[in-house]
Amino acid sequence: MEAITNDIHERKDRKRKMVVLSVLGILIVLVFLISMNTGVIRLSPLEVIKTLFGSGTDKQNLVLFEFRLPRIVISLLIGAGLAISGCIMQGISRNELADPGILGINAGAGLMVMLFISFFPSTTSAPVYLLPVLALIGAGLTAAIICVLAYKKNEGFKPTGLLLTGIAVAAGISAAMIVLTLKLSPEKYQFVATWLAGSIWGSSWKFVFALLPWIVVLLPYVMYKAQVMNVLNLGESMATGLGASVTREQLKLLAAAVGLAASCVAVSGGIGFVGLIAPHLARKLVGAKHQMLLPITALVGALLVITADTLGRWIIQPSEIPTGIVVAVIGAPYFLYLLSRSKG
Amino acid sequence: MSANTSNTSLTDSKTSVNLQRRPWAATFILIGGVAALVLGIAVSISLGAAEIDLRSVWEAVFFFNPSVTEHQIIQELRLPRVLGGAMVGACFAVSGAIMQGMTRNPLADSGLLGLNAGAGFVIAICFSFFPGLPYMYLILFSFLGAGLGAVLVYGVSSMAKGGLTPVRLVLAGAALSALLSALSEGIALYFQVGQDMAFWYAGGAAGIKWIHLKIMLPWIGAAILGAIALSRSITMLSLGDDIAKGLGQRTGLVKLAGAVIVLVLAGAAVSVVGAVGFVGLIIPHVTRKLVGVDYRLIIPCSAVLGSLLVVLADLAARMVNPPYETPVGAVVALIGVPFFLYLARKERRGL
Repeated sequence: MEAITNDIHERKDRKRKMVVLSVLGILIVLVFLISMNTGVIRLSPLEVIKTLFGSGTDKQNLVLFEFRLPRIVISLLIGAGLAISGCIMQGISRNELADPGILGINAGAGLMVMLFISFFPSTTSAPVYLLPVLALIGAGLTAAIICVLAYKKNEGFKPTGLLLTGIAVAAGISAAMIVLTLKLSPEKYQFVATWLAGSIWGSSWKFVFALLPWIVVLLPYVMYKAQVMNVLNLGESMATGLGASVTREQLKLLAAAVGLAASCVAVSGGIGFVGLIAPHLARKLVGAKHQMLLPITALVGALLVITADTLGRWIIQPSEIPTGIVVAVIGAPYFLYLLSRSKG
Repeated sequence: MSANTSNTSLTDSKTSVNLQRRPWAATFILIGGVAALVLGIAVSISLGAAEIDLRSVWEAVFFFNPSVTEHQIIQELRLPRVLGGAMVGACFAVSGAIMQGMTRNPLADSGLLGLNAGAGFVIAICFSFFPGLPYMYLILFSFLGAGLGAVLVYGVSSMAKGGLTPVRLVLAGAALSALLSALSEGIALYFQVGQDMAFWYAGGAAGIKWIHLKIMLPWIGAAILGAIALSRSITMLSLGDDIAKGLGQRTGLVKLAGAVIVLVLAGAAVSVVGAVGFVGLIIPHVTRKLVGVDYRLIIPCSAVLGSLLVVLADLAARMVNPPYETPVGAVVALIGVPFFLYLARKERRGL
């Protein structure tokens, strides 16, 4: 009797997960089409599809393939990358508030950008690649510093120690940034503030190709580690008892999380909220097993960012709202709704 | 009443079995800390753009003579500022301690109840739509904003089935804070008032006047006394909801009282000096390290240490680059971070 009910439960569960998966997929495709259609130059859905299949006019080709498509691809990649990175962080630290920002990635990248803006005479004369590369270096350095400070020889990483170290270093960096902020001219400040609020400004194929290797290598690697993450989630002593070499696995996963988040933040600025909220949304939808949680998290993240980017371009045309702001404005209420519906 | 006494004996036995508690350290901190605080206040008053020796400070405070310029400077500018700083430090530290105890999350501080984000949101609106609003009104609106944030967070997290749980409070706080700060960021970018806001937000004790102190003091005094009265219940909550309930505590009531105290303390502090919230994050950790995990000791000691930190940070903020001021929030972080890193390395257990 029990076996039968279990079986029914399992089948229901699997069906539910498939529904979630396909709904997310359909939504992403839908928003993708709408996003292709959004902007100063309007194209009808039919024209979009025609152009995608290669029979558009030169102008349509230019708008779609050189401006909109790279941007959309980037926002999908960033969403997935940051969401997975957040999922890893929450899993390793076993704290609901952890996100890539905990490892100082946003702060480090932000400080680099700010230093660059403060000491470089004009932002337009600098090479396009310089800013994201600097942001990447800043993010990586900060994460490395935090890991070194939080690592203890005989104990490895303690979740609390890692979180507290991260918070402290990030707070120090933010303090330095406040001091710098007050010395900036208003125009430069506006640029930095837009960057910090998170806006996808590197929208050309060059950036897509710079970002793609990170995602293509690291996402499958993390998915492959799903079982390890399940074990780590049980707590350190339990994981050790089950035969996992905890510290080494933690280090590998941390490195993956840093790589993902740093490469994304370098292109997008501080859209850190995706990393906090997407794993929670996914967990509410499909439960805590990482085999299912990770892909759903990636999809939720991608959907959030592509929706936010589309809305941000559409609301106050022809100017734009930073994507990070829109992500918070649409993500937070839905999250709160789910939170108030869930039990315990 | 009998339930009450059994509670006491239970917590006491627990305390002696597996929780460290160091009353002597607490006594030392309270006495030494207050002495250091008095000294810090005196030094802070005497140093500044116009150097005033400690003797005149003494005279200005206790034998005020309005015809002497130095006495005027001390009475009108420096004294309210430094006392305000001390008060604000105590507020942030105590509310941080309560938040960490209630949520059992080492990352919690008063900002988690939506206070900073709410205040920031309202300030953004004020700067954008009503530029040139007098300081007094800004403080008032900022407090209203903090209250709005807190009510939203508390409301959302307790509306759900199963009531208010620490995890839910933490998550709702994080989400609502993100929402409110995104909105204020958007407003600030659109109206280009970001830099003004950054200055307000980074914190400065320069604007504190006697009138603010007079309005704040009774509320804050009452709230800190309330916190001390509540401290035993918070110790129990910090052991976990189930244990606290098992020990006969009405956890919902305690959490509501805690939230109200945090709102009064941190709301007042945020609206007067801006978000110097890092004080509320580090001081409880430092105190816990020094006196153990009993909130009856943590709360008063946090108050003293928090005051000390902000008074010293304010002094440093004035001395670094005179006659310009560095934001207090930045100085607090720069002083606090190395010390906090050292503690985080040594921390063996959570809360």
